[in-house]
Amino acid sequence: MKPAAFDYVRPASLDEAIGVLASAGGEAMPLAGGQSLLPLLGLRMTTVGRLVDIGRLAALRQVEETASHVVIGAALTHAEVEDGRVPDPGNGLMRRMAARIAYRAVRNQGTIGGSIAMADPAADWPVCLIALDAKARIAGAKGQRTVPVAELIEDIYTTSLARDEIIVAFEIPRLDAAARTGVAKVARKTGAFAMSLAVAVVNDGARAARVVLGGAANRAVRLPATSALLQSKDTSDATLSDAIGRDLSETAGELDDYSVRLHRAVVLRAIAEARAS
Amino acid sequence: MRPMKLDINGETVSFMAEARESLADVLRERLSLTGTHLGCEHGACGACTVDMDGKAVRACLTLGAMAEGRRVTTIEGFRDDPIMTLLRRHFHEKHALQCGFCTPGMLIMARDLLKSGADMSEKAVRDGMAGQICRCTGYAGIVRAIVAAAEEMRSVGADAS
Repeated sequence: MKPAAFDYVRPASLDEAIGVLASAGGEAMPLAGGQSLLPLLGLRMTTVGRLVDIGRLAALRQVEETASHVVIGAALTHAEVEDGRVPDPGNGLMRRMAARIAYRAVRNQGTIGGSIAMADPAADWPVCLIALDAKARIAGAKGQRTVPVAELIEDIYTTSLARDEIIVAFEIPRLDAAARTGVAKVARKTGAFAMSLAVAVVNDGARAARVVLGGAANRAVRLPATSALLQSKDTSDATLSDAIGRDLSETAGELDDYSVRLHRAVVLRAIAEARAS
Repeated sequence: MRPMKLDINGETVSFMAEARESLADVLRERLSLTGTHLGCEHGACGACTVDMDGKAVRACLTLGAMAEGRRVTTIEGFRDDPIMTLLRRHFHEKHALQCGFCTPGMLIMARDLLKSGADMSEKAVRDGMAGQICRCTGYAGIVRAIVAAAEEMRSVGADAS
């Protein structure tokens, strides 16, 4: 046992969970799968007075499908996405992403909402959900709001979630049937956090082509100059490389030579996979 | 301290524990089920892997309280399990262990892979077992044992339930 002492409660409903968070005066934190939060508590990088277990709440484990969107409950696990037990608005992209997160025993517990709320700059779901233009449905003491994942995550381990707010689900637009996607990830070993991670989406109907990079800046970011070039099918790698360099200095600031080469290679691989798929 | 009531290896057990105690802590310290080993205690080594509701999970990244209402099976609970019996024999024959510290977690994760009915090529087994660390064997024997167990399961059409 490594963490400092805390209380644990498992409310029976979303409203009750919000009530517990709201009345705790900042001392309470939601707990879903615990696969990031429990290590951080164990390493004493953070402390908490009371953990509010929201992992089993039915309101957070629902799936809705419409012609244009899939809504995925925030407490669904990586393994449930990986195994195709949840519809995939990314035409297979989400299943591929899920299968490469950490290890199976972690994927069986870790949740998609937990990954976004943790906002690790090298995590997989922020990159994927920003590339899919997903929005988060959030419930709190003051009511509900819906905000793009790209705006919800503000900085390293920092979101705009208030102390009494819980991510309920993600509204994810379906990719066009002709859309193509590419993923590239470099990690020191299977299951480790990415040193660099990119997702590219091209041919997505009326929506612009885009590429999103994680592991470089303080949060996952869409690369604007590179994304703009993807509208044209035959932009050369040299032209793309220049744009990636510009995007990196805009979004991540000063990086060492190795990091620039790494991120450039990863972005180019994701684009190449999207174009070849 | 809070009262906890867990379903462990088919038995309901009641005891007092702190909320911060992991499932691995309560198994080892409160219930004397020391077959579940604790290595890194932050999810990286896989030694503490147990089965919860039919899925392999990290007992160090699950609070004891989070296991309330779940069915937990530890290595002790797999004594008569047919897939585990097969895996144990192949681990023995292929020299898949030396000190044995990682072995309970290895066996439970390997059983999870075998049950999934996934591709059991050497590459897939290495990938599926990537979250389990062994500091003795160099993994070759472990991978051989799991691949051989998968082949035997396929050839005899063993019940994978």
